[in-house]
Amino acid sequence: MENYLKDIQDIKKMMDRSSQFLSLSGMAGIMAGIYALIGAYAVHRIYDFNYGSYITLESTSFKLMILIAAAVFVLSVVTAYILTLRKAKKQQETIWNATSKRLVINFLIPLVTGGIFAVLLLRNHYYGLIAPITLLFYGLSIINASKYTVRDVRYLGLTIIAIGLVATAFMGYELEFWALGFGVCHIIYGTVMHFKYDRNQ
Amino acid sequence: MSILMVNEYADFNTLKELLGVTDGNLASHAKALEAEHYIMIEKQFIGKKPNTRYMVTKEGRKAFKDHIDALEKLIQKS
Repeated sequence: MENYLKDIQDIKKMMDRSSQFLSLSGMAGIMAGIYALIGAYAVHRIYDFNYGSYITLESTSFKLMILIAAAVFVLSVVTAYILTLRKAKKQQETIWNATSKRLVINFLIPLVTGGIFAVLLLRNHYYGLIAPITLLFYGLSIINASKYTVRDVRYLGLTIIAIGLVATAFMGYELEFWALGFGVCHIIYGTVMHFKYDRNQ
Repeated sequence: MSILMVNEYADFNTLKELLGVTDGNLASHAKALEAEHYIMIEKQFIGKKPNTRYMVTKEGRKAFKDHIDALEKLIQKS
C-alpha cells in the first residue's frame, strides 16, 4: 500500500527536481533586503545633503547614487551566489545545471529589459518613473523565474509589482517605495523561505 | 519517464545526474523504453562532442498517465 504512495511521491519529486532549481537560499533574500535598506538610507542622506536644490545628472551626488545602487546590486548577487552554492553543496546538487541555466535566463530577460528601459528613461529625463519601473520589471522577472524554482517566490514578485504600481500612483515617494520593495519585502520573504526550506535539508 | 514528462527534452548527462545511475544502466533502460516507443532518442553532435537527447512520445505520455491513474486508483481503494 505505502509502496504505491511512495511511487507517486517519488515521481512528483523527480518531476520537481528536474524542472526546478531548489538550492536558492532564503538567507540571500534577507541579505539583499538589508543591503537595499542600507543603500536607501545612504541615498536619503544624499538627498538631505542636497536639500533645497535639484540633483543634476552631472553632479557628484547623482554619480554617488548610481554607485550605491550598483553596489547594492553587486553585493546582493555575490551574496546570493555564495549562499546558494553552499546550500547546493549541502544538498549534494550542482549549482550549474540545466534547471539553473533556465532559471537564470528566464530571470534575466525581463530584468535586462527593465534595466535598459530605465536607462533610456533616464536619458530622456523621465526621472519620476524610474523607481516604479525598476520595481515592476523586477517583480515580473521574479514571477517569470518562479516557474523554475521554489514556487513561493511568485508571491514576492506579485507583491513587488503591487508596490511598483502603488509607487506610480503616488509619485514623489520613490525612495520610500523602493526601500519597501527591494528592502523590506526581501527581508520578509527571505525569512519565510529560510525557515520553510533552508533548514530542512 | 517522470523527468521527460515535465521537460521538453533531457540529455544523457542530465538524466544520469538526476537519477544517479551508471552510463550502462541508463543506456539499457533507455533502450527498453525506446523499444516500447515510449521515448525518442536523438543523437547529434554539438561541436565535436556527441550529445544524446531523450524526449517522451505520445504513446509514452499516455502510458505514463495510465500508470499514474492506476496508482491513484490503487491508493484510493485502501
